[in-house]
Amino acid sequence: MSSPEWKNPVIKWVDTRLPVFSLMHHSTAGYPSPRNLSYWWNFGSLALTVLIVMVLTGIFLVMNYTPHVDMAFDSVERIMRDVNYGWLIRYVHMNGASMFFIVVYVHIFRGIYYGSYKGPREILWILGVVIMLLMMGTAFMGYVLPWGQMSLWGATVITNLFSAFPIVGDFIVTLLWGGFSVDNPTLNRFFSLHYLLPFVLFAVVGLHLWALHSVKSNNPLGVEIKQPEDAIPFHPYYTIKDLFGMSLFFMFFLFFVFWAPNFFGEPDNYIPANPMVTPAHIVPEWYFLPFYAILRAITFDFLWIIPAKLGGVLAMFASILVWIALPWLDRSKVRSARFRPVYKWFFWVLVADFVFLGYLGKMPAEQPYVIMAQLATLYYFAHFLVVLPLMAKLEKSVELPESIAAAVLKKGDA
Amino acid sequence: MRKLIIAAVAALTMSMGTAQASGEYHPDFKEASWSFEGFFGRYDQAQLRRGYQIYSQVCSACHGLRLLSYRNLSDLGFTEDEIKEIAAEKSVRVPHDEVGAELNDDGEFFTREAKPSDRFVSPFPNDAAAIDANGALPPDLSLIAKARIGGPHYVYSFLMGYAEEIPEEVSSQKGFTVNEDKNFNLYYPGYYNSMPSQIYDEMVEYEDGTPMTADQHAKDIVAFLNWAAEPELDERKSLGLKVMLFLLVLTAMLYALKRKIWADVKH
Amino acid sequence: MADTATNVEKKTEGGESRRDFLLLATSAVGAAGVAGAVWPFVDSMNPAADVLALSTTEVDISQIEEGQSITVVWRGKPVFVRYRTAEEIEQAKQDDTAKLIDVQKDEDRVQKTEWLILIGICTHLGCVPLGQKPSDPRGEFGGWFCPCHGSHYDTSGRIRKGPAPRNLDVPPYAFLDDEHVLIG
Repeated sequence: MSSPEWKNPVIKWVDTRLPVFSLMHHSTAGYPSPRNLSYWWNFGSLALTVLIVMVLTGIFLVMNYTPHVDMAFDSVERIMRDVNYGWLIRYVHMNGASMFFIVVYVHIFRGIYYGSYKGPREILWILGVVIMLLMMGTAFMGYVLPWGQMSLWGATVITNLFSAFPIVGDFIVTLLWGGFSVDNPTLNRFFSLHYLLPFVLFAVVGLHLWALHSVKSNNPLGVEIKQPEDAIPFHPYYTIKDLFGMSLFFMFFLFFVFWAPNFFGEPDNYIPANPMVTPAHIVPEWYFLPFYAILRAITFDFLWIIPAKLGGVLAMFASILVWIALPWLDRSKVRSARFRPVYKWFFWVLVADFVFLGYLGKMPAEQPYVIMAQLATLYYFAHFLVVLPLMAKLEKSVELPESIAAAVLKKGDA
Repeated sequence: MRKLIIAAVAALTMSMGTAQASGEYHPDFKEASWSFEGFFGRYDQAQLRRGYQIYSQVCSACHGLRLLSYRNLSDLGFTEDEIKEIAAEKSVRVPHDEVGAELNDDGEFFTREAKPSDRFVSPFPNDAAAIDANGALPPDLSLIAKARIGGPHYVYSFLMGYAEEIPEEVSSQKGFTVNEDKNFNLYYPGYYNSMPSQIYDEMVEYEDGTPMTADQHAKDIVAFLNWAAEPELDERKSLGLKVMLFLLVLTAMLYALKRKIWADVKH
Repeated sequence: MADTATNVEKKTEGGESRRDFLLLATSAVGAAGVAGAVWPFVDSMNPAADVLALSTTEVDISQIEEGQSITVVWRGKPVFVRYRTAEEIEQAKQDDTAKLIDVQKDEDRVQKTEWLILIGICTHLGCVPLGQKPSDPRGEFGGWFCPCHGSHYDTSGRIRKGPAPRNLDVPPYAFLDDEHVLIG
């Protein structure tokens, strides 16, 4: 790719020494994107936008937050009541976490539907999984900071997961706590990490974008850009499309902030943390529920050597880590589900299964929910480990269009 | 298919918001509506004042509002002098950042009259004292309207949910036992609460001519408690309307611009 | 760019100018939105409601005996309230004509001659001068003495000797009645 000839002497002077303007050009007007991207492709830039909103609101919340078990709850309430626009900043941050996961889940499932993980986009995809893991860690630690009942007990339950590991388990848990229960040292280190991880996130997002710009966007047809007619420059076409989507999305986001700010939250977290009283039902935030259901589904010893507790923890981690192997589990040559008549249906079964798992994660751990969760978990893993590899062999795909332009222009003529 | 799934997702998320995880039987919340609900909902200042009257004459004997300050009462239309008087009825330990915060010669803290800038003084010096006096801990009410599933609807149903007769649906449950020492409430988890019913006709004397029925009293105190939990509600909703209006315009303009820019591209 | 479609470059002339106007208008509205969104963040750094509530301090002076001083906190700073004796007032008035570093009449520094109200921070480098307790050294002029660098203040809180450049500052205050002063 050639750099444009800069006419402005100042820009030229800077650019020959530090090519920031060339970089900007390459990633906007000079960045070729498939001409047929649908609105499902808006969610990547939306996720970045939410990340920026989260970091901004977070920085301003920290100015008034006190990370100490005796003061954290009250300092958050002071933000809500006394700090100018504190309620707004906090509700945006609080709901922003939910929005981040909504956007990223759509982004992930879009990638799964259109086969965006397939070569040459494997590293792009794996970086995405890393981003998801970082987000989960950040969100979990952030939820602890207001130091309400769910903060304390959520932290207790999740950190105790690590005690399932043989030999090193207890050592890890004590190390996480910095004591013998979730207490002030835990709150302090979670605060430190909650502030640090978003910047790590930014770095990985940078790599994710770097990888994207070298392999280019996938598209609804799953056919690579082959000729100039297949692509249009990112700017202005997709900048305006992204901005329009962003504006719509903010209406959705802010509806919750202004009219239902606690819709995604747990009422119990408005009760100050009390290490002597466990709430009747400990539920994680909604975005963890599918994984939480998988964790609880393993109620039996696995293969007689892995006890149920460890089995649940391993299943939960495996349910995310299996995504890393996705490019190699799905060997079908065709990317987009549009041309995969059978896979298409299994995709929607997976979505339904995932949502159902989320529902079960909210339900108490009793029958019939346990057996349902076990079946749903079984399908979840079967989808990745059995259905996908088999389908690559058995499925007959519909004929692919010759190129993006061919498909688009034909549709236009009709 | 896709529409079906989207509908199912929506239905599930909706039910997740309110799902009662416990197996215990409780009837649906009692019907009630408040001025602060809905898209354009705002607090009714006269109602908040009536609610404050109930709080200060009845509830405050046992329940604190520790997250509120006396100065917050200006939201209810109290004047600066009135607030000063209300605050001065209570005494507080001199805060650590004021002169006189050190101990006196007997090793006790100095106290002074509360000021508008002080937080509401709780009825008991600490939880142990509160339990000692009441047999159980009367919860602080600052966030009660946010800290229960159902929010104000729960609090209202709870206040009106004391019953003499134990309904069949409750008594027939496995493991249910009558507790003579406590008070049966249809909505309270576990049914038995240490606080007896507090709401009855003419429990306080209203000055604005509002009917002094038990139901009205309950609605007023719930409105007040909701204000205590969400004092920003009025400001939040009115700012929200402005922001939405703005975004509507911006979105429309961006859409028009998007159409213009894409006009020549088949996609 | 060589590797994107060329057919998209064709634009009709009328469409071009209409688009430019729309682009300009949308950018303006968008920029206004961003500016509006910045304000809550900036404003959140301003003093919060609980801080503002403490921006005035009401002091009960009914318990102070003649010759006594009390220190109260106003906006995080010590404020000296001294019930001056007749001699102290006399001395302060006499010194109006003395050689002063920061010339000011005693009557310009008080509202009621017996009540001297000052911010208790040395104008040199911000130490709190001594002289509030009967046992404190009060310096050569019977007012306050700053131990950090030896500034002496008189019974009107004026700097008389030492490195401080200005007299002790008088905060804004008003007598609510005979027994209460509102500082701030």
